[in-house]
Amino acid sequence: MLKWTRFNIVSVVLGFSFLYLPILLLVIYSFNEGKLVTVWAGFSTKWYVQLFQNQALMDAAWVTLRVGLLSATIATVLGTLAALALNRYTSFRGRVLFSGMVYAPLVMPEVITGLSLLLLFVAIGFDRGFWTVTFAHITLTMCFVAVVVQSRLVTFDRSLEEAAMDLGATPAKAFFAVTLPIIAPAVVAGWMLAFTLSIDDLVLASFASGPGATTLPMKIYSQVRLGVTPEINAACTILIAIVAVGVIIAAIATKKQEAQRVKDEQMALRN
Amino acid sequence: MSGTLISALMKRIVIVVPYIWLTIFFLIPFLIVLKISFSAPETAIPPYIPAFSWSDGLAGWIEKAKDFSFENYLWIAEDPLYRNAYFQSVWISFTATCMTLLVGYPLAYGMARAPQTLRPILLMLVILPFWTSFLIRVYAWIGILKPEGLLNQFLLALGVIDQPLIIIGTNTAIYIGIVYSYLPFMVLPIYATLEKMDGSLIEAAQDLGCTAIGAFWKITLPLSIPGIIAGFMLVFIPAVGEFVIPDLLGGSKTLMIGKTLWNEFFANRDWPVSSAVAVVLLLILVVPIAWFQNYQAKATEAGR
Repeated sequence: MLKWTRFNIVSVVLGFSFLYLPILLLVIYSFNEGKLVTVWAGFSTKWYVQLFQNQALMDAAWVTLRVGLLSATIATVLGTLAALALNRYTSFRGRVLFSGMVYAPLVMPEVITGLSLLLLFVAIGFDRGFWTVTFAHITLTMCFVAVVVQSRLVTFDRSLEEAAMDLGATPAKAFFAVTLPIIAPAVVAGWMLAFTLSIDDLVLASFASGPGATTLPMKIYSQVRLGVTPEINAACTILIAIVAVGVIIAAIATKKQEAQRVKDEQMALRN
Repeated sequence: MSGTLISALMKRIVIVVPYIWLTIFFLIPFLIVLKISFSAPETAIPPYIPAFSWSDGLAGWIEKAKDFSFENYLWIAEDPLYRNAYFQSVWISFTATCMTLLVGYPLAYGMARAPQTLRPILLMLVILPFWTSFLIRVYAWIGILKPEGLLNQFLLALGVIDQPLIIIGTNTAIYIGIVYSYLPFMVLPIYATLEKMDGSLIEAAQDLGCTAIGAFWKITLPLSIPGIIAGFMLVFIPAVGEFVIPDLLGGSKTLMIGKTLWNEFFANRDWPVSSAVAVVLLLILVVPIAWFQNYQAKATEAGR
């Protein structure tokens, strides 16, 4: 066992300070009484009150939430299918193109994906708005889901599925009763990733959106350009809190599930 | 008999559904960009004259291919603005990626050496900022780096400087933004390779008289090269096309290509030129992207 040297500890502490200090400062200054973001003038929650009275911001938040829920759900279905296709079927016509299309959006600059989608919607005369943003987000996030689910499928023992089919289950039944429950944590993680990417996205939404479908990041971006305000700090703090709570719940749930699985395995071995 | 029929049908569905979706929303849009980049600009809506229309048929296409216009590409090649923007994008991203490596490696190394019980928590702490909004994380730095911002207040109070540093609006701010936003992408692959490493190799080297630093250079670093390469690509590729960071933290003098494309499209409404800008950007990135895909595919195969 190698030692955890003082150098190691210092670099970990410095690294995490760098990662967390800016977010921490942003949260602290959202409770600032004064209008200036950088001068502390006492504790106050007035910016949060003001935030909830800002109708435009609330509307944007509602649009973002709807797009996020819908696109994450569809992306999870499509992404899981894509992962299965890549994992199960090693040879079909156009597989190279297919895997290229799955991996490319992950690294493609967002401005290019956004521009190309907008030009598609214009070319086919599709009115831009809620649906175009949703389609754009599905396209990007399904690829992330595919990668997450595929990494789980790689370690999945297919003999379990074959055993189920030998015992008389149809392929569909074997998939839903055996495979899906086992890969479920990855599917859930994929959904959460898709949802966060969607509610976070500025570039794709700006290209794909039309009048009446302003998302929260678009709203925040247009206000940030005018200057830093405590109200935006408050909005950011709420978003951070939601994400942090979600991630922590997910982590606890996975841990519990893992513990249960280990227990089940031990039980199975004992019998 | 129905079993094989059903599984054949399942195979069809599993492949065809995502295939069609990606073809419609990824491949075809890209072909449209390609097409428009060869069209002449026009002020109507949509603001371009199609170089060829989809309904012309093959004969029509060949006919039209003659008045294929390279005008937009010539425009990009001749205007020093674009050349400058491409060059700056690649250079700034490269520098920032090297900085990310310098910050990320010691962090990943420290994490990999941490006690076993602590590692999952540290790992989660690295991933957590990735889940919070990119825009928010960039925004947080504005309040810190501004002339009257927190960093300057702090340094002035300490007496290190007697005049506020001008950071925001410079390339330094862009470097900080990129390092900060992309740090998890660098740390995770490096951590993954370092964590898998067999610690007894180091012990053996030290038993044979190698110093700790010597063992690091001769063993740890070479073994972690796959992680370094993956991290480098994961940071460099998206950073080249970055829009939010140069727009919010950088100054008006810094032209990165993502921002140029955005301005060309939204402010100048020149669709053909912005399409051509996008195509050229992709040509620059195609080598690293193809390489990365290959790497990714190999890594998945290896895990199988």
